[in-house]
Amino acid sequence: MINTEVGLTREEMAKRVALDIADGSYVNLGIGIPELITKYVPEGRELIYHTENGLLGMGPSPEPGMGDPELINAGKRQVTAIPGAAYFHHADSFTMIRGGHIDLCVLGALQVSEKGDLANWSTGAPDAIPAVGGAMDLVAGVKSIYVITQHCTKQGDPKLVEKCTYPLTGPAVVDRIYTNLAIIDITPQGFQLVELSPGVSFDYVQERTGATLIPIATHFKDGWHE
Amino acid sequence: MINKQVSSVAEAVADIPDGATVMVGGFGEAGSPIELIHALIDQGASKLTVINNNTGSGEVGLAALIKAGRVSKMICSYPRSANSKVFPELYRSGAIELELVPQGTLAERIRAGGAGIPAFYTATSVGTPLELGKERRAFNGRDYVLEYGLVADFALLKGLTADRHGNVIYNKTARNFAPVMATAAKTTIVQVVSVVSAGELDPERVITPGIFVDRVTRVAEPAHESVLVAAGVSYP
Repeated sequence: MINTEVGLTREEMAKRVALDIADGSYVNLGIGIPELITKYVPEGRELIYHTENGLLGMGPSPEPGMGDPELINAGKRQVTAIPGAAYFHHADSFTMIRGGHIDLCVLGALQVSEKGDLANWSTGAPDAIPAVGGAMDLVAGVKSIYVITQHCTKQGDPKLVEKCTYPLTGPAVVDRIYTNLAIIDITPQGFQLVELSPGVSFDYVQERTGATLIPIATHFKDGWHE
Repeated sequence: MINKQVSSVAEAVADIPDGATVMVGGFGEAGSPIELIHALIDQGASKLTVINNNTGSGEVGLAALIKAGRVSKMICSYPRSANSKVFPELYRSGAIELELVPQGTLAERIRAGGAGIPAFYTATSVGTPLELGKERRAFNGRDYVLEYGLVADFALLKGLTADRHGNVIYNKTARNFAPVMATAAKTTIVQVVSVVSAGELDPERVITPGIFVDRVTRVAEPAHESVLVAAGVSYP
């Protein structure tokens, strides 16, 4: 079973991702842990959140009783629109995504391969109702794709693998993975460790990773982040 | 004189025949034309192909149309949600066909259909199971798949305000698929909260120009799907 005592909590993972998002970015956040990121954007940075159902400038959930059932996010939950927001139709929304206008998308994952293949829409189970939504468009079109996920499944199996066994959302699309244990970049050589969570060793992460992990390179050691 | 307003939702959908392809606006409950869908259930047309992002929730609106056995095929991107039970049961029993389309590809196929573009290439779904059976072609060193434009016999949409010319504005994220669907259907029907005189809508703010709209009907107080589902309503 997964040891939740080791590494970052979901909130800490979201906070860590938020540190790496540049001021002025247009960002699309997947459902689940990615949604927590909005709470941790550092002071002084302005991010614009895109939700694929037609809103740029998505704000937080409305106060109780103040929501509009026709102002929702891609997860179909009620949201608000910030001053300076814009509404648009679906073809325009996916022009933003597929045309490469969105800077960053942060998504959850079932599996990520060392080549950056992402599986996050289906387990391929025969009785499952297939449902893909906008995931394949996002990974094909957004400039940078970050994955935020627990390092292992609830059963303790690695989610970072040599080759995905679940159906792909897109091949070679992931740039960086944030887990409870580490930050890992996808490089031509494979999984490149960038940062270990406090109190976590290289060997501990390697044992829980389904492919070879490249140790932190010398040039990452100084001043990688404060 | 042009006057696209019709007196009721029943009149608006009266000529939809069996076997029609119907685009239905909405993303979840936002923009779902529940009253038009319920009028279509009352009208009785069956063997429909329905194009919508989802498959409805609870037993109202689109989910009720599916439950009534009127839909033989769904074209959508996300056929399940927390409150969607009707479609999964019929799908598992083989009683309804599903064409699963990535959401952006769905929007673009409708946009293309409405713009007279028969097909286009997109990078979405390359290297995934949804590429199966599609032509692949490289442009500038990147692979793309061929997708076809989508058109329909009818579109059922929900707007906020319209005029007799069929110019329409929407409410917030209820706009979603409606403007592109309006362009891609032979007959586009829009339910709106209010109908105003020509000239009252600022031409700078019109979202769907009247040329794309055939019928407008007023539903002053449209139901919200989530409210009906929470109340356990089952239509009819």
